Amino acid sequence: MTITTPRRRPNPNWLLLVPALGLLGTILLVPLVQSFLRSISSPAWGIGNYVALFTDGVTLTVLGRTATTALMVTLIAFLLGYPYAYFMTRVGDRSRAILLVVVLIPFWTSVMARNFAWITILQRGGPVHSVLEFFGLGHIQLVGSQIGVTIAMSQVLLPFMVLPLFSALSGIDRKLLLAARGLGSSPLRAFWKIYWPLSRGGVAAGIILVFTLSLGFYVTPALLGSPQQSLIAQLLAQRTTQLLDFAGAGALGMLVLVVTLVLVAWANRIGGSISAIGVVATSGSKGR
Amino acid sequence: MSTVMTPEPSTETAFVTAGPRGRRRRDKSVDPIPWWLTVIGVAVAVYFILPTVFVIPMSFGSTSSFQFPPREWSLDLYVNFFTNPKWIGSLGNSLLVAVMASALATTVGTAAALGLHNLTGRLSRFLRTLLMVSIVTPAIVLAVAVYISFLQWHLVGSIWGYVLAHAAIGVPFVLVSVTSALGGFDPQLLRASASLGASPLRTFLRVTLPLIGRGVLTGAIFAFVTSLDEVVIALFLRAPAFQTLPVQMYNAVTVEVDPTIAAASSIVVVSVTLILLIPLLVRRTKRR
Amino acid sequence: MTTIETQASPAETTTPRGTQIDLRDVTKDYGLATPAVDRVSLTIQPGEFMTLLGPSGSGKTTTLNLIAGFETLTSGTISLNGVDVGRLPAHKRDLGMLFQNYALFPHLTVAQNVAYPLRERRIPKDEIAKRVAEVLELVQLPGRDDHYPRQLSGGQQQRVALARAIVFDPKALLLDEPLGALDRNLRAALQSEIRRIHREVGSTFVFVTHDQEEAMNLSDRIALFNSGRIEQVGTPEELYRSPETLFTARFLGDSNVFELGGGATGDSVGWDGETWKTPRSTVASHPGVASSAAVVVRPEDVGIVAAGGKVPAGRNSARAVVTDVEYMGSYRTAMLALGAAEVRGRARIDAFDDSVAIGDQVIAHWQPERQRVVAA
Repeated sequence: MTITTPRRRPNPNWLLLVPALGLLGTILLVPLVQSFLRSISSPAWGIGNYVALFTDGVTLTVLGRTATTALMVTLIAFLLGYPYAYFMTRVGDRSRAILLVVVLIPFWTSVMARNFAWITILQRGGPVHSVLEFFGLGHIQLVGSQIGVTIAMSQVLLPFMVLPLFSALSGIDRKLLLAARGLGSSPLRAFWKIYWPLSRGGVAAGIILVFTLSLGFYVTPALLGSPQQSLIAQLLAQRTTQLLDFAGAGALGMLVLVVTLVLVAWANRIGGSISAIGVVATSGSKGR
Repeated sequence: MSTVMTPEPSTETAFVTAGPRGRRRRDKSVDPIPWWLTVIGVAVAVYFILPTVFVIPMSFGSTSSFQFPPREWSLDLYVNFFTNPKWIGSLGNSLLVAVMASALATTVGTAAALGLHNLTGRLSRFLRTLLMVSIVTPAIVLAVAVYISFLQWHLVGSIWGYVLAHAAIGVPFVLVSVTSALGGFDPQLLRASASLGASPLRTFLRVTLPLIGRGVLTGAIFAFVTSLDEVVIALFLRAPAFQTLPVQMYNAVTVEVDPTIAAASSIVVVSVTLILLIPLLVRRTKRR
Repeated sequence: MTTIETQASPAETTTPRGTQIDLRDVTKDYGLATPAVDRVSLTIQPGEFMTLLGPSGSGKTTTLNLIAGFETLTSGTISLNGVDVGRLPAHKRDLGMLFQNYALFPHLTVAQNVAYPLRERRIPKDEIAKRVAEVLELVQLPGRDDHYPRQLSGGQQQRVALARAIVFDPKALLLDEPLGALDRNLRAALQSEIRRIHREVGSTFVFVTHDQEEAMNLSDRIALFNSGRIEQVGTPEELYRSPETLFTARFLGDSNVFELGGGATGDSVGWDGETWKTPRSTVASHPGVASSAAVVVRPEDVGIVAAGGKVPAGRNSARAVVTDVEYMGSYRTAMLALGAAEVRGRARIDAFDDSVAIGDQVIAHWQPERQRVVAA
């Protein structure tokens, strides 16, 4: 059968995408591409800047420190987030809505306000420190140390653990656990053999997401950490604004970006976390 | 005599049944919530909101220091916030930028959501992911690249730089929100409208827009809040003549040691919370 | 392949209102192996209730969408009252449409839904109110003006959709399996509603369905679709009594099918050793009969006698074994295995006749005038 009418006009829906692609392309993509090009072309063509990252003695140390902090943050977020998400699946609708709001409001409200609050809470003479002094641990410095950074970052990033987890956990039918218990499993075994495996997808997504976000965090380490113990984000800022080493900063930025994107793509594959965060965060309550 | 069997989950998928989300009737006698879970849940909830709640008492302190609890109680910080041109000026800048960035992001993002909704195929899926990527890219990487490029384009320190950058990072939230609203949209409605004599434009205005209106509004609000709160990019794009509120707050902690930040934080936290509750309330009233 | 079309008498209204719809060589090709609609030609008379009938994927819905303007023609013409509308976008064709899932606007009330087409036509407000009230009366759904679609039942929603589709006096009404989502009783009730409204309003109705009972019930004429082409067009009785092809015979009602293997020429045919009379009047005029034909007989025309018993004179007959007897209430059906090939068939027997049992050897017989020789 030959088609006798001429080929139809191209689908006008593509036109609707042009403004968005144009905006993001110009404002985000072009600078990143420029940054990349700069990193391989200045001062001379080649991967010299990237090699320098591994040989300058600073980058690797900072990367290591950042990774360690990120791991700690992720661990804390997981240990706190999993029970909380699980708790959310168990309570009634009203309570769940409240718990969700408790997660989302800090998520959306001022990063600066939260960091400032942590400074006041953790500072010398502040409430937490007073408690520590009471226990004879007054020498521990919270603000201006990695401990303070870790505590604050865990709280700020906790929603990124809770939201994908809650999304995954609420898809698990509790009757499975009851069935297991009815068949003779102890609650612990039932959890370990049934609930945990089913939640692994959400756990993986949450863990990778929090870890990835921790790597690139700037404000909290800058405010609660010390310059001697800066993380990769601070290093990047320093390279740019103080050392004016645009090419080197570009290389470092590309490194962080690639690592982040790879990890997020992996998390997305496991748990669809990008969409999960976006949807749950913007739709408010999932349980109607 | 009884053989105790623990069910072996053969594959994860075999056991995942879509658990009832939302309307759950928890049978309290069979499946009670363990006390320790409630304790953990509440404790984590407190950990979530602790910092945000902290700033409010702080804001009623005096202008002398960051001490908590404040030595004296007064409204000085609020007075300073509203009279000091540095503070009130930065608030005005932030609001202006947020409104403009939100308007741009909403227009561009809604169009993109509509376009993507009607397109299928690998290319459109790829483009959708591309438009969403800025949610998980580390802000510092974007900020550095954007800063360097904006230097060349003379956008640093200008309001347009802020608006364009914030709009670009606001688009994903609009995209998610409008896409979600489109998900519940019956495509036959468009055909019905056409059969009744409405041109495509009239159909969009009388049918599509009202039905996705809530999604558009929600997206706009999230884009607004994202811009209002954005710190990292704003730190790089700042100039003495033009600063946003988060930047001023950053200065108050690092450079100026100005406790007015407590008042600023309280105001921001309370107003953003109220703004975010709008979509939730709208949804409540729509339910007849 | 030629389509067989018979003319029907105009609709039952006294003054024929409504639009004539002409399809000439209408084709829709999606670039797949075969076109979805393949050179379909059809004339729908003004005021007629025409049903496009056929199995899923036969092209009937695509044809309806082409008439409505939701799809564009690959080739061919569609005319309304002689005017070619092929290039006219859907919103300018002035055709009402009824959808299977009602497609009511959820954000508008019943009254606002019905008023929608009138507002598009800039009709003054009080005139709108009057017409909305009138049409809601017509579909027997007054008093729900301020309700939202989600507050109504399925049947009520479909009435609102119907009201909305006819309130602006469209040139014709297109119905896309509108009763498919309803349960049996509701469907029957709404079928009478649609028939009644068609009589009262008098415009052309084009109805799509896969349900042959529904089609025979409602239509003035039926166009039977098969793989993108029209197999046969005619009144329900013509299609049921005088099918031209095996497809038509099988699609409408039950049949006993005796495939002949070759063509049917002359005034008799052979099957399984039997010779059957084939009067000219029972042979389809389809040219395919000459090369490959089948004899079809409706179960209600088949009687059975025990093997060795007396077959009434002049009848065609075939040996059979009874494989099952089904009690249908007002009659019984004997399921048969006919001939050496054990072709499956049925015969209708009296409800009170319990002489027939499973396993009986019988002879099935029928009057030659009741059979039909079709192209296979």
